[in-house]
Amino acid sequence: MTLSTEARYTWGGDEFLFVEIAEGMSLESNFISNSIANALDSQQLTGIIDICPANASLLIRFNPDQLVSGDLERTVRALEREVRGAASQVLETRIVEIPIWYNDPYTNETGARFREGYHQRPEGNDLDYAAEVNGLADAAEFIQRHHESPWLVSMVGFVAGLPFLYQLVDRDRQLEVPKYLSPRTDTPALTLGYGGCFSCIYSVRGAGGYQMFGVAAAPIFDPAQSLADFKEFMVFFKPGDIVKFTPVDETEYRRIQSEVDAKTFKYRQAPIQFDVGAALADPDGYKESLLEALNGI
Amino acid sequence: MAFEILEPGLSTTVQDQGRIGYYRFGIPQGGSMDQYSASLGNRLVGNTPAEAVLECTYIGPKIVTTEDAVVAVTGAPVDVFVNSVPVAQYERLNLTAGDELRFGVIKGGMKYFVAVNGGIDVPQVLGSRSTYPIGAIGGVNGRALAAGDSVPVGADPGSDLPVLLSIADADRPGFSKDVRVRVMLGLYDHNLSANGLDSFLNSEWTLTPVADRMGLRYQGPGVEWKKREQPFGAGQDPSNIVDAGYAVGSIQIPGGTQPIVLHRDAVSGGGYAMVATVISSDMDLVARCAPGTKTRFVAVSMDEALRARAVSAARYARIWS
Repeated sequence: MTLSTEARYTWGGDEFLFVEIAEGMSLESNFISNSIANALDSQQLTGIIDICPANASLLIRFNPDQLVSGDLERTVRALEREVRGAASQVLETRIVEIPIWYNDPYTNETGARFREGYHQRPEGNDLDYAAEVNGLADAAEFIQRHHESPWLVSMVGFVAGLPFLYQLVDRDRQLEVPKYLSPRTDTPALTLGYGGCFSCIYSVRGAGGYQMFGVAAAPIFDPAQSLADFKEFMVFFKPGDIVKFTPVDETEYRRIQSEVDAKTFKYRQAPIQFDVGAALADPDGYKESLLEALNGI
Repeated sequence: MAFEILEPGLSTTVQDQGRIGYYRFGIPQGGSMDQYSASLGNRLVGNTPAEAVLECTYIGPKIVTTEDAVVAVTGAPVDVFVNSVPVAQYERLNLTAGDELRFGVIKGGMKYFVAVNGGIDVPQVLGSRSTYPIGAIGGVNGRALAAGDSVPVGADPGSDLPVLLSIADADRPGFSKDVRVRVMLGLYDHNLSANGLDSFLNSEWTLTPVADRMGLRYQGPGVEWKKREQPFGAGQDPSNIVDAGYAVGSIQIPGGTQPIVLHRDAVSGGGYAMVATVISSDMDLVARCAPGTKTRFVAVSMDEALRARAVSAARYARIWS
């Protein structure tokens, strides 16, 4: 691990312990946060109500009548030392293909309604702006960069089932895009969003401040649990999932939607082991081995 | 048995003690915004604390009961009418089949509650009947009540406690327009400048009309953040952080202008720095404030927060014994 410092421990009132692994985002911080969360979860401590790993931090809700705050902090600090000292940084997870219709009319229409006073660049759309601030030739190049390398689900939250995603590329290859100047009051459901260094998929329609680049073809939150991928739970994503975005055109988007309507749609996915060390050492080479797992499906 | 909804009111939702344990998926805890007031209603009608109630916002619904029902109205002060005859809040009311319950003008606060013996019996979703409109789960079809809804009422849960006809004055919550809300500093308070922290704790903040189940926004002098180089992935504004989990009750100040107290339906995370968190025993107090309420945020220690929590617990124990 390259992060040698200790996490910062602080309280969110009498029911929440907040652990900031690092101020800045990195794959290592996210791995530490998720590993502490998993280790704490497996202890099944009385008085733990919710363990919410986030991008570079961890939020733990507890019942102070059942679990003394100092005891909880000691337990988490011990787990942090264990996680930082562990030789192996391998996550048992899965890789999932998410079809995206980039530069679609739905998000473009919404974007056009929230320009003056909301957006940095009134002319063009969010993709044109993102390409410009990243010094790329055009929207097409930005889209190519967005889907050519896989992403890690670094956090689930904001609203029900919304994944935050961090791209598995070197720091100098990370795309960064400012959020809207002021949040929109509307975002189409399944919008592919982008803010800071994170992508997200808006699981439901609502407010949002991330730039809008496209729309996912299939649901990621299914409260009726009508699709096979949601049999177990209404939320599709878990922290640690690896995502391969695949661009689709309107025809393919409509075909997937008809499968969703017929309740026959299933995501292409495969179980994988994600090795953080290998991913950091050689992102391009490691990317190929991750994507191979999907090829056999 | 059911409540027929003739008029839905401004935003009337089914709520209970909340949906605990799904925050990690972005599903908020929900539940009655003013838990204590809702609990008093359940006590009066002979329920357990777990039965679901109707939470009304400013303008209440017009309801006809299909069968005889025992009800109570608690929470924010409001005129209550049964068949156009004024009746009292915080008292056990016996309705006859066909009776119409409706509400007049609210006189303080935002939220009042209708409890009924047997509770509002919509299906549980993830262990709760609370309505989460953004995720379209819980309540009546995942949304606020609409005219024409028929809201099912459950069977008497059979309380062992003696019948309580009225809540004693001393046990009724207050609805002041001038409050001191206890908070614990922490999370990202170190990102405020000394002046910023002083401004947060020593200014009077006024609750704006932007106040709902997700959060309550306050107007005041604003706060100043420390100048710093923003960490990778956080965003440019000094109030931005790398997106993190939000504690329920935490206070964020986007852009340093208006503090927002996140309440029970808030988003579970995001990229704005939180500087303090309302202690658990004062979350109901925040929910009882009407827009215009003068508010001071008072910093307390963990020990003080836990003592306040014990005082709240003792009050519940007295009501429920």
